[in-house]
Amino acid sequence: MSAVASGSIDCDIHPVVPGLSALLPYLDDHWREAVVQRGIHDLSSLAYPDNAPITSRPDFRRKGGKAGTDLDQLRAQALDHFGSRRAICNCLYGVQLLFSEDMAAAFARAVNDWVAREWLDREPRLRASIVVPVQNVEMAVDEIDRCAADRRFVQVLLLVMGDVPLGRRQYWPIYAAAGRHGLPIGIHAGSGYRHPVTGVGWPSYYTEDYAAQAVAFQSQLTSLFCEGVFNKFPDLTVVLMESGVTWLPAHLWRLTKYWRGLRTEIPWADRPPAEIVRHNVRLTLQPVDAPPQADQLSRLMDHMGSDELLLFSTDYPHWQFDGDDVLPEGLGADLVRKITVDNPLRTYSRIAETLS
Amino acid sequence: MNVQVLVREDAGRVTPQRIAIADCDIHPSPKSLQKEVYPFLEKRWQHHLETYGVRPRHGYQSGPAYPKGQPDACRRDAYPPGGGKPGSDLGFMRLHHLDANNVQLGILNPLRTGQGLQNQDLAGALCRAINDWQVAEWTSREPRLKASIVVPYEDAAASVREIERRAIDRSFVQVLLLSRTAEPLGQRRYWPIYEAAERAGLPVAVHAFGYGGYPVTGGGWPSFYAEEMVGHAQCCQSVLTSMVLEGVFVRYPRLRVILVEAGFAWLPPLAWRLDKVWARMKDETGLERPPSDYIRDHVWLTTQPMEEPDTRRHLADTIEWIGWDRLLFATDYPHWDFDDPARALPLAISETQRHQLFLANAQAIYGLA
Repeated sequence: MSAVASGSIDCDIHPVVPGLSALLPYLDDHWREAVVQRGIHDLSSLAYPDNAPITSRPDFRRKGGKAGTDLDQLRAQALDHFGSRRAICNCLYGVQLLFSEDMAAAFARAVNDWVAREWLDREPRLRASIVVPVQNVEMAVDEIDRCAADRRFVQVLLLVMGDVPLGRRQYWPIYAAAGRHGLPIGIHAGSGYRHPVTGVGWPSYYTEDYAAQAVAFQSQLTSLFCEGVFNKFPDLTVVLMESGVTWLPAHLWRLTKYWRGLRTEIPWADRPPAEIVRHNVRLTLQPVDAPPQADQLSRLMDHMGSDELLLFSTDYPHWQFDGDDVLPEGLGADLVRKITVDNPLRTYSRIAETLS
Repeated sequence: MNVQVLVREDAGRVTPQRIAIADCDIHPSPKSLQKEVYPFLEKRWQHHLETYGVRPRHGYQSGPAYPKGQPDACRRDAYPPGGGKPGSDLGFMRLHHLDANNVQLGILNPLRTGQGLQNQDLAGALCRAINDWQVAEWTSREPRLKASIVVPYEDAAASVREIERRAIDRSFVQVLLLSRTAEPLGQRRYWPIYEAAERAGLPVAVHAFGYGGYPVTGGGWPSFYAEEMVGHAQCCQSVLTSMVLEGVFVRYPRLRVILVEAGFAWLPPLAWRLDKVWARMKDETGLERPPSDYIRDHVWLTTQPMEEPDTRRHLADTIEWIGWDRLLFATDYPHWDFDDPARALPLAISETQRHQLFLANAQAIYGLA
């Protein structure tokens, strides 16, 4: 592995809600009663089956509980082990799957408060993304405004697959709210399962579901570009999380070709996609989906066209690498420094302000 | 494309040339459905079409779900002087494309056929008629052109019958499917088609497009035609993922698949990701070899729309990772995003590589050397 620079910023870790009962203290009376009366026992998403290999590295698993539910373990295995000065918690609980907007809003609030009390209050190196009820944009904006007052929330969290593509105008108030508070939009692997996870129907295997996440990110980048999100919000940063990085150059080549051919359909798209990506889009490293040879990776880094795009992540406790091999072979020391420290600090101003 | 060509300083000295080529994606259209296709269609279905039209898995009586960027999505210079749609006049196609671009082998991929229609009987009847029409109007009159067996893929039994009916006619060189089907193409409802193609020794071409009823993205319907067009590359990644992980190539070890009009630069990163996810969860699919092995052994891709990185060397890297023997040149004539064979690959490459990509790979896979 390439050595991790000291003081790295881990931009994607996953504290896991151990069970719905953990959220009860953070729900109001109505929803607490609903949980009990209706027998709602869990909202864990199909995107990460509890016992699937991706969901947790074997040595990160816990006897008698889910991986990622214990702060001491997360401290030791993620923060201390990789020497991270800060780590961003992306809590993936099935809030975005709910069909009731009210229920989604209640659970988003509960998840955010649970993260603040159970994780951020107890470990000063942790930061978090704001979970929002994306089912209702007004409610999502309210939740952003509520949480953003706490500067330990450093980003807004969306899933890569929902009802409609994320560039659509209906979501723009979310981007405006993020912009008001100086928060990047973090788009993470995962689906509301409103549609098949592929454009050609429901696949048979979880393996396909996980592979499809990278494909969905390509579509979202297309949507954000074509709808003109970055023309409307030129300072918005979007971070693409947990779905590889090596697909980016080829996708930009294709997107650029069709932009050239069809830009009369989207006249506001006045700059090439690669230029917008360099300015507005970042990607977390793990799972890096690196080619088998280090030489191929270094050529790919050249294809990426910028050394400012990648942000260090362990994706703890998901099983993306073994041992200490969090950085793939073939990255030079300067690039490692950028990925682990400089790029994250430039992306997350709320983290940088505490580390000056 | 109908746009200016970028000047690229790093491309090396490239002289436009008219070497002999194979064009693995040409789209013929009937001048008139009534005059050219009805003669091969039973009266019952003629009546059906006149009365009820077709019912694809989108909402318009005629025309596509997303309005195209050009009339009929075609080059404006491809309309035959004698009238009719682009791609409907063999004489003009000879002059405008086959002769002009020195096409020695042209593969016909008819698109507006019965494929994907909800009425399965109509789909089957139209596919049969389109196959008869390809022979009557095209391959019997022009030896450089070869036909595709258009099959009503949502009905595997009817598709198998159609493959068996046509396979004895050497005018047909492949089985044609579209990428956006009712379910991912690796699933077992489609296996009889692969079995029949393998038995007939024919490659299966999966052409981008079609309407399976699902949004072109996993996150819903996008707004623009541009997004649908870009999205075909994503759909074809999902098609290939499905075919590999469902074990299609284990079950049919001599099956060859050609992905048509979805680009190709996405293939290496997809294969890397699939290998990684497969290695992590081998026990779920039971697949014994890494996905990239099956892809290397069974998959070819047509080149159009050729990816165009600003730094052309990046494209050479990508082709090297895929294999120079795996790409089949295609223009997509007469569509608007046509790749000109003299300009589409401005790379200083070896004569062997040029010959492979522009002609020999196609001759080899179609057995037409």
